[in-house]
Amino acid sequence: MTNFVLQAKGLSRHYPGDGVPVRAVDTVDMAVETGEAVSVMGPSGCGKSTLLHLLGGLERPTSGEVWLGGQRVDRLSETGWARLRRRSVGFVFQAFHLVDELSAVENVELPALLIGASRKAARGRALGLLERLGVAGRAGHLPDRLSGGERQRVALARALVNEPLLVLADEPTGNLDSGATAQILRLFAGVHEAGQTLLLVTHDPRVAATADRLLTMRDGSIVEDVRLEGGLSRQALLAQVAGWEP
Amino acid sequence: MREAMLALLAKEPAHGYELRQRLTRALGPIGEVLNPGQIYITLSRLEKAGLVRSDQVAQAAAPDKKVYEVTPQGREQVASWLLDVSWPKVAPAEFHLKLVAAAVTGLADPIALIDAQRRDLLRRLRDVQRLAQAAPSDDDAVLILEGTALRLQADVRWLEACERRWTTRRPQ
Repeated sequence: MTNFVLQAKGLSRHYPGDGVPVRAVDTVDMAVETGEAVSVMGPSGCGKSTLLHLLGGLERPTSGEVWLGGQRVDRLSETGWARLRRRSVGFVFQAFHLVDELSAVENVELPALLIGASRKAARGRALGLLERLGVAGRAGHLPDRLSGGERQRVALARALVNEPLLVLADEPTGNLDSGATAQILRLFAGVHEAGQTLLLVTHDPRVAATADRLLTMRDGSIVEDVRLEGGLSRQALLAQVAGWEP
Repeated sequence: MREAMLALLAKEPAHGYELRQRLTRALGPIGEVLNPGQIYITLSRLEKAGLVRSDQVAQAAAPDKKVYEVTPQGREQVASWLLDVSWPKVAPAEFHLKLVAAAVTGLADPIALIDAQRRDLLRRLRDVQRLAQAAPSDDDAVLILEGTALRLQADVRWLEACERRWTTRRPQ
């Protein structure tokens, strides 16, 4: 039997519109296996962010079900979701929601302390992540002293500090230059190698291309579900890069 | 490739095998797929064109080897290659015509063509990114892979623009 970490069954989210309801997400069925990296692309307004919010419990579906690791979660209370987000689901938002009164490293270690990690272990993991994201030098700064791109990376480190089973990310490289984007891509590659599951909603082709599998959304529905791995052989690829293809 | 070989010879004379090693080093991971035969063919063409000349050097324990050096004419060619701003052909014109052709002939759905192209480009981008991540970060040749990745990224973005344009024309 396949081991799905995340499943949506007939998932819909409708908003009241002018007369006709807007079907932001329209009867979506999807399943993500443990350890998979999946990206979701689609034009603006196709419903991809709403889908991610439904899967992460930030919004409630109009109908349908969400299953996380064998547990139905779409009817979970706010506290139930808070517990899940602390332990098994890391969420990277478009808005960063850092705690203004805490330094960068304190923001990152907070979720680890909340699940009972020792101060030393939490600090070590937090600093390790900030290092990998190239912002270790800013660890002691309060969020208002950080640039937008630095805040975004701190928020990403915070989402990953408890090594969640599932990482949900909404435009994780939205405000970043290409160097910082490369650091995030490397980190995602590491997260993926470590066996964690990734679901990335993005416009950025480089982020989308870190995944094994691509979902394309249009008008609230998934219109395409394809695998990205297993393309060319190394030799053929190198020849193509060099422009020496026959 | 031809001009890059000339440029390496403009630095110092070399025999074929040395030249091949230097090229391979400069190309980083791509050096793996360098075709050795191509190097020798190119050298003999360069010689015929008067851009390099060769000397037979006798070796004690091995057959004679040919050492190539660049001629003044070859040196000039390297200089003008370095300053030349021509750029490899880009795909937009042809793909755009494909979309137009698909629409007018009804033989294919333009949006489906865009989807297929995006899939293919993302697959390549995925592979190229992995190569770049696996390469040692102090290898200058990583820039070749980064350049390829950035181009693929730009191409995927352009497909988004195509999609926006063609979606509005699609019969509902």
